[in-house]
Amino acid sequence: MANRYSLKNMSKVQNLDKILEEFGPHLHDAPYEGWRSDRVIDKVVPTHCPYCGVQCGMNLLVSKGHLVGFEPRYDFPVNEGRLCPKGVTAYLQTHHPDRLTHPLIKRNGNFERASWDEAFDLIVRKFSELQDKYGKDSIGVYSGSSLTTEKTYLMGKFARAGLGTRYVDYNGRLCMVSAAAGNNKAFGIDRAANPWTDIPLAEVLIIAGANCAETFPVLNKFLWQQRDNGGVWIVIDPRETATARQGDLHLQLKPGTDVAVANGILHVIVKEGLVDESFIAARTNGWEDTKAAVERYTPDVASQISGVPAEKIVQAGLLYGRAKTGMIMHARGIEHHTNGVNNVLSYINIVLATGKIGSPGRGYGTITGQGNGQGGREMGQKADQLPGQRSITNPEHRKYVCDVWGLPEEELPQAGVSVVEMFQKMREGEIRGLLSICNNVMVSLPDTNDVRRSLEGLDFYVCIDFFMSEGSRYADVVLPGSAWSEDEGVTCNSEGRVVRINKANEPPGEAREDWRIIQEIAERMDRGKYFGFSNVGEIFDEMRVASKGGNADYYGITYDKINRQNGVFWPCPSDDSKGTPRLFEDRFYHPDGKAKFHAVEYVGADEKPDDEFPIILTSGRVVYQYLSGNQTRRIGFLVQQCPEPYVEIHPELAAKLKINDGERVKVVSRRGEGVFPALIVRTIRPDTIFIPYHWGEQLAVNQLTNPKLDPISKIPEFKACAARIEKIHGRELPILGKGRKGTSLSEVQKGK
Amino acid sequence: MQETMFIDPQRCIGCRSCVAACRECSTHKGYSMIFVDYIDRAETTATMPTVCMHCKEPTCALVCPADAIKMNEDGVVMSALKPRCLDCRNCVNACPFGVPKYNSAMHLQMKCDMCYDRTSEGLKPMCASVCPTGAISFGTYEQIVPLRRTKPVNAHVFGNQRVETKVYLMLPTDEKEVVVDGCGVFEGHVGLAEPGNESWIDTQVEETDSSNEF
Repeated sequence: MANRYSLKNMSKVQNLDKILEEFGPHLHDAPYEGWRSDRVIDKVVPTHCPYCGVQCGMNLLVSKGHLVGFEPRYDFPVNEGRLCPKGVTAYLQTHHPDRLTHPLIKRNGNFERASWDEAFDLIVRKFSELQDKYGKDSIGVYSGSSLTTEKTYLMGKFARAGLGTRYVDYNGRLCMVSAAAGNNKAFGIDRAANPWTDIPLAEVLIIAGANCAETFPVLNKFLWQQRDNGGVWIVIDPRETATARQGDLHLQLKPGTDVAVANGILHVIVKEGLVDESFIAARTNGWEDTKAAVERYTPDVASQISGVPAEKIVQAGLLYGRAKTGMIMHARGIEHHTNGVNNVLSYINIVLATGKIGSPGRGYGTITGQGNGQGGREMGQKADQLPGQRSITNPEHRKYVCDVWGLPEEELPQAGVSVVEMFQKMREGEIRGLLSICNNVMVSLPDTNDVRRSLEGLDFYVCIDFFMSEGSRYADVVLPGSAWSEDEGVTCNSEGRVVRINKANEPPGEAREDWRIIQEIAERMDRGKYFGFSNVGEIFDEMRVASKGGNADYYGITYDKINRQNGVFWPCPSDDSKGTPRLFEDRFYHPDGKAKFHAVEYVGADEKPDDEFPIILTSGRVVYQYLSGNQTRRIGFLVQQCPEPYVEIHPELAAKLKINDGERVKVVSRRGEGVFPALIVRTIRPDTIFIPYHWGEQLAVNQLTNPKLDPISKIPEFKACAARIEKIHGRELPILGKGRKGTSLSEVQKGK
Repeated sequence: MQETMFIDPQRCIGCRSCVAACRECSTHKGYSMIFVDYIDRAETTATMPTVCMHCKEPTCALVCPADAIKMNEDGVVMSALKPRCLDCRNCVNACPFGVPKYNSAMHLQMKCDMCYDRTSEGLKPMCASVCPTGAISFGTYEQIVPLRRTKPVNAHVFGNQRVETKVYLMLPTDEKEVVVDGCGVFEGHVGLAEPGNESWIDTQVEETDSSNEF
């Protein structure tokens, strides 16, 4: 099939300059009709931030139908008015001049304005042609978790009952899916175990691979409450992030060596007799194997593998082991690995061995990244999942969901594959058409050069978006969808609290609410009988029923209950249930009610440094950008703070390579190369470099990252690959903005 | 007004949420009056927010030839009065904390007025409302100080000048004063470059420092 994309000159993006001119990203930094203090506010809409998994409450100010500002929502208990800079500036995206306001069809390489009818007709014709010729599975659906839960439910249903394809997946696959898999294996359910109000009650916190300061800023409220109470933080991170700096003990490990560190900590806990034998006997299975496995990981062995001084591993073990209460939290740092699930399991082993779970201040949880990262993995848009965290391979689950949908069981497709594998199937020609919503594949998938080949090879690509993303430039049809404030629904935050997004303004121009677009396509493909919703509440009600009896049971949740209680923690199986803030108080979710230990061994990253590529490259985020940056790279304030990616290099490595601070250097891996300004800082390990990932094309760190997948969760290894740095001459520099900016506001202002 | 601001630098995560939110204040819509700076990014991720400290005897007002800078009955030092401000920038240069900025488009000195439009209506200032960590807090001494392990300090010594402020710094020491003695502190940073390294001056030309203006 190589010849399908061998015609290099026939790119689907022939007029990039024109696309950039028309659709940006342009910088815009003012409310509708400018900064004015003489406005009359017609309505104040309580809702939540569109960005990360904390889902901070905020009030949106509406004047004459436009969002014109925000007001802190002091009465919402999670954040009590607090917001990060993305949240503060979120409202500026709704009236941004780059907004897509009418459908676009690509003709002769140019996006041309089209009517909704033209666009829908084309989509239905192409999808039908492809499916007639190559089978139902020739169309893929790739969704996202920044959508409301109703929409994620709809996307899963649309793929299976609308298109009848097995190939559907979502961008949570690039997020916390290792944690989801690990949680399911150990606990039989996938949700953070404790509400965040437990954090201030924990004597010791272990924070692994989570740069809370930049990625979950408002979570720091709880962390500092714990600190004020006298608590201690143990931070496990290859970089001295603001969180690591503020913590009490920093284990600065080599990327990809988490299992060694966690097993080392557990080894110390066992040797010191700090395990909770009665908890292990009463509530867990499999301890002996795990105990035997960690025997080998003495502090010295763990130290040799991870580069963390042995005494720090001992100290961590003693601090956590001796504490009465304690919590372990982790995020992408340990999950984005080919052994991501094992990393997660190795930390869960510590939790189970000490019995620190299921009561106030004793707990565990992944900190989910995306706004609706939790809700988006509950209602059936995952390749192998049906609503309520049911399994598409389980005959009983299939039957239940088919009954709810009224779909003949034989029409429900089998499990699909993860998104990275879907893009492989596009290159192989098995998937010929794609419908995507709420993602930006050219930034967020690993190895963007391969991703580009996948998109170029597609026969037909439809993208629903409210800004033209780097990925949607490759589309044949772009449909203008809605921003978060232009639709209603629920999301589930990272602690399992279902909250309500309220509508504040209408989509601009001809743009439509996303769910109406999906519904219309289904109707025009003669599948309308499965999608007869007249409002979002009806989708929610069907979803409640579809989730009933599953792990993620929403049946007892109503919009009204969410408003009354400031959110509802699932499972909430009945009308009189108030929800379940803390899981595992008396049982785990495996059939025998017990949790499972998993003995895990250190394997390490798929690609280890060698002579040719001697440095470990890790990637991550900055506080000013959200995910692929399609929303935040257009907001002037945020871009001013961090206009471009940079490469963090330790002064020792920089001296060896003769690199100056601010100098642009070429970073090369086996898959690609990119030019980034050097930020020479003592806050990173000398054998590791770091590049933030929010940018596309030549600025994408994902040109370099390793697409190798975890065998269980299918998450790619964003957090460790082998790379080298080359010095480049001034005349070889790409022109990407002027001067180095972005390390401090003062510096940005100087450049003005 | 019993409430004041408490700045707790060790909690600052450098997110600049305060900087963005400050622009929403109606008295200076679109302009931020708060600054967050890296202390020394090469060495640490530590950052420091700077708001007006609202001095009990404000240097900015003392040096103003037009008497344009007033303090209200709550001890809040206000921005320069538009009809009086002479564009002289004495205040910009004199403030020991480097707080007032000169708005060249409006020919006016502007500074943090502790969100007077909000606090006068019983609302918290924008920066203290949004700050995720409590690095900037607004409340009474009795509300804030007992909760913290850091200690409040509101006296600063700059060479021969001693300044007392309405705003407190929360510090992890028992010092009663913050003593700033700039002499010689930065000397060690000069001349560290190894001989023979290529210079980057050709590719990265710094422009004039106009960071006191916007």
